[in-house]
Amino acid sequence: MMLGEMFEDRRGEKRLFRARGIFLALLVLLGLLLIAVRLYHLQVVRHDHFTTLSNDNRIKIQPMPPTRGLIYDRNGVLLADNVPSYALTIEPEKIEDLEATIAALSELVPISALDLERFERLLPQRRRFEGVPIRLDLNQAERARFAVQSHRFPGVEIAAELSRFYPEGSYTAHLVGYVGRINEQELERIDRSDYAGSSHIGKVGVEKYHEEWLHGHVGYQQAVVNARGRILERREQKTPVPGRDLHLFLDMDLQRDAAAALGDRRGAVVAIEPETGGVLAMVSSPRYDPNPFVGGIGFRDYAALRDDIDRPLYDRAVRGQYPPGSTIKPFIGLAGLATGVTTATQSKFCGGYYQLPGHSYHYRCWRRGGHGSLAMEDAIVQSCDVYFYRLANDMGIERLDDLLAEFNFGRPTGADIAGELGGLLPSPEWKRRVRNRPWFPGETLIVGIGQGAFLATPLQLAAATAAIANGGTFIQPRLVRATRASLGAPLELTQAKRRPIPDQDPAHWQTIIDAMSNVVEGRRGTARRIRNDAYRIAGKTGTSQVFTVGQNESYNEAEVAERMRDHALFVGFAPIEAPRIAVAVIVENGGHGGATAAPIARAVMDSWLLDQRVTVPLDVAATGSH
Amino acid sequence: MAKLSKLEIDAGRDVQERGLAARLHLDLPLLLFLLLLSAFGLLMLYSASGQSVVQVERQAIRLGLALLLMIAIAQLSPALLRQWSAPLYLLGLGLLAAVLLFGEQSKGAQRWLDLGILRFQPSEVLKLALPMMLAWYLSLRPLPPRLLDILLASILIALPVLMIAKQPDLGTALLVASAGLATLFLAGLRWRLILGLAALAAAAAPLLWSLMHDYQRQRVLTFLDPGSDPLGAGYHIIQSQIAIGSGGLYGKGWLQGTQSQLEFLPERSTDFIFAVIGEELGLFGILALMLLYLAVILRGLIIAVQASDAYSRLLAGSVTMVFFVYLFVNMGMVTGLLPVVGVPLPLISYGGTSLVTLMLGFGILMAVHTQRKSLQRE
Repeated sequence: MMLGEMFEDRRGEKRLFRARGIFLALLVLLGLLLIAVRLYHLQVVRHDHFTTLSNDNRIKIQPMPPTRGLIYDRNGVLLADNVPSYALTIEPEKIEDLEATIAALSELVPISALDLERFERLLPQRRRFEGVPIRLDLNQAERARFAVQSHRFPGVEIAAELSRFYPEGSYTAHLVGYVGRINEQELERIDRSDYAGSSHIGKVGVEKYHEEWLHGHVGYQQAVVNARGRILERREQKTPVPGRDLHLFLDMDLQRDAAAALGDRRGAVVAIEPETGGVLAMVSSPRYDPNPFVGGIGFRDYAALRDDIDRPLYDRAVRGQYPPGSTIKPFIGLAGLATGVTTATQSKFCGGYYQLPGHSYHYRCWRRGGHGSLAMEDAIVQSCDVYFYRLANDMGIERLDDLLAEFNFGRPTGADIAGELGGLLPSPEWKRRVRNRPWFPGETLIVGIGQGAFLATPLQLAAATAAIANGGTFIQPRLVRATRASLGAPLELTQAKRRPIPDQDPAHWQTIIDAMSNVVEGRRGTARRIRNDAYRIAGKTGTSQVFTVGQNESYNEAEVAERMRDHALFVGFAPIEAPRIAVAVIVENGGHGGATAAPIARAVMDSWLLDQRVTVPLDVAATGSH
Repeated sequence: MAKLSKLEIDAGRDVQERGLAARLHLDLPLLLFLLLLSAFGLLMLYSASGQSVVQVERQAIRLGLALLLMIAIAQLSPALLRQWSAPLYLLGLGLLAAVLLFGEQSKGAQRWLDLGILRFQPSEVLKLALPMMLAWYLSLRPLPPRLLDILLASILIALPVLMIAKQPDLGTALLVASAGLATLFLAGLRWRLILGLAALAAAAAPLLWSLMHDYQRQRVLTFLDPGSDPLGAGYHIIQSQIAIGSGGLYGKGWLQGTQSQLEFLPERSTDFIFAVIGEELGLFGILALMLLYLAVILRGLIIAVQASDAYSRLLAGSVTMVFFVYLFVNMGMVTGLLPVVGVPLPLISYGGTSLVTLMLGFGILMAVHTQRKSLQRE
């Protein structure tokens, strides 16, 4: 009985257990089904989404910076080169203790205070996950020392890159300019994607003006990376387009001779080829070495350059604005002829001063006793002020300005160099706008002798002089003669922008040229000291009054006296028969143009016209053999 | 005498028919499934470990040893297991107490006991000791159990679960609790009571929340919204879903999973190896694996249902269900259905601890099945 009951119980138990077992089996099936549904959702419904995410994880797009174009002079002399440079870089994201790391590094390679200062300056400017250089220009021994120890320094790497180098140093500093690290403002301006791999950008000079040509276009590569960011495989996608090489009109020998002629004086020399507008030489003095700017110049060195009383960083050739003084007189003379206000033979009387009708003020000639009666040619040769007061007054400021504007006074020439200033061509409109005052007739007289508010840059003077030399065509000055995409590619010449000056009567031009010729050749010429038998020079001296002393800096007495002296100017071209060079020279506080500036122009002309130099045809120069 | 001889003849026939397997008390279908799973696991481990032969070798040795342990356990009679049930349970509780008092800290949790020669997790013992204890306790009473028995059984479950949760090791606590609950359920817990307990559990959820450690709460929060912490705790979930999802129907191919091979997937050879399988073998590969797991579970349930006595039934059933809970929690976690708790994919994840426990469980299943008449004979 008991046994039977137990047996029944056991049977019941077994039934119960079987039911529960089946229930659990169903539960298991349900659970696995739930997982399967979830998997279907992940692997089928949202497969594309997760595939995208998976690819985003492992495929990183890396920019490949283009190689910057090189810059050559007209004979193939390299002015801006790319040289391999090895920098020690730190990626702060991967470093725990920055100070300790730098301290440990400095035991391997010397790290100067200057390096540290640059590092701290660059640190906040860098892009994320970008290495910041702690040391530049590692030599081979330093690279080897670090390489052996590199395992101790995760996040520290030797970055090999091409660094800009200017073999001619200070000789081309203002003209070629330099590149430097991209800063915040530039970052706003540039196409960031195109500069994704670039660290440097042109800062001044040709490097800045032709940034677009020189930089080229960024390339990209796909890199397969693992979770730790290590690159496992590279897949090239788009090769970078290298920057264009630039071949300048510049002649490096002439440039050096011009710099030597200026010596340690403050001033500028611009030499232009009259037929092409090509800039053969362009020197601003004092000069500076552009190379330290590439890696990032130290603050103290920079301050020394910036605060130097002689302002070496200032490009006097294109930014220096000086009253043209008497160098403007040939242009005023041409204006007189062009407008028909006077003729070559019509003479005017100089009694030492000029009075406007109804005014008592004496506008003085530089020669107290006066020149007597003289015509255009003598007026230019002897630089008679009264003649030009009268001529200017007869023309009136509007007609005078119109012709001076044809010679591009009053606005930048548009030469392909960054930072060019346009000088100032005073006009009634200008005076109303800027000074809110009416124009006085006396101001027209002052413009007539290139003084007062009238300002011009040496580049403007040289370009205008070239227009006289070529007989009446203003050609926009240019530095780049030809470009090419790469070494094998064809050279592409830049085109001159020519603008004939409205007066195309050859007699007018000849009158002016003859006058300028006699400035040098004539017995009374103000530049007769540069006369020579080898070739004939046409020119005009100028002396312009210094009306401002530098910014509130304290000079000693002698210094002030020296800096109060007049600027010496000279414009000219040679040889007269077939001009090959037009030159503008300014020597700050140089005194008289004939004495100081003209000999410098002569030295430049000698160098260009007389020196035996190997002239290399463009296509040969551009093979880059130098 | 005659009776005895008949048994001997039966046994002899068994030996003739089943040969070595029967003599070793092995269940051939189960053994076959387990070997297939292990082989599959080693293959995937080779890929998931970044093709580390060393890891695969080490895991193969562990598998071999665990299989030997399984065979050893299979030799024990269920009667002996039943005798050991209570002492093993008490020993387990003692060790858990020791862990809480002297255990080693690792990643903010106290789970390990260092016995000089080997470190081990006493919580593992309870995965088997608790079902044994409950099976023993419940099998002594009429089934379905009465309320008092249920209460006592609940205490038997709660004690180790709470101690493990305190370590804290939520994953293991969950597994041990499910082992206990499965035993109770198999014993015939009434549905009314089950629903009542479920309601009670739901009501207790806020209380549980307040008892949780910060990192556990974080896990739950991250589970609810992985995007809130994509580089921290959410990273695991996001990356594993990317791996599985990008695998698609057919997978990227063995050794070809970019998420796994390029190490975007964390814990790829241990807790998240399921995502590697999903990425490299696709939905079809996973379904095949799931069928294999299902075969193991169904075989286990069949063994339980066919068992000759209540103790064996309950034990076999709950051991099988522990295996399922392992599987479900791991897959749920890796696919983003459940919060991240450290539960490995059974028989496939790299590591030895769970492997030994699971194989011991299968040893018990085999012992129960191949010696199902031994208790009747008593």
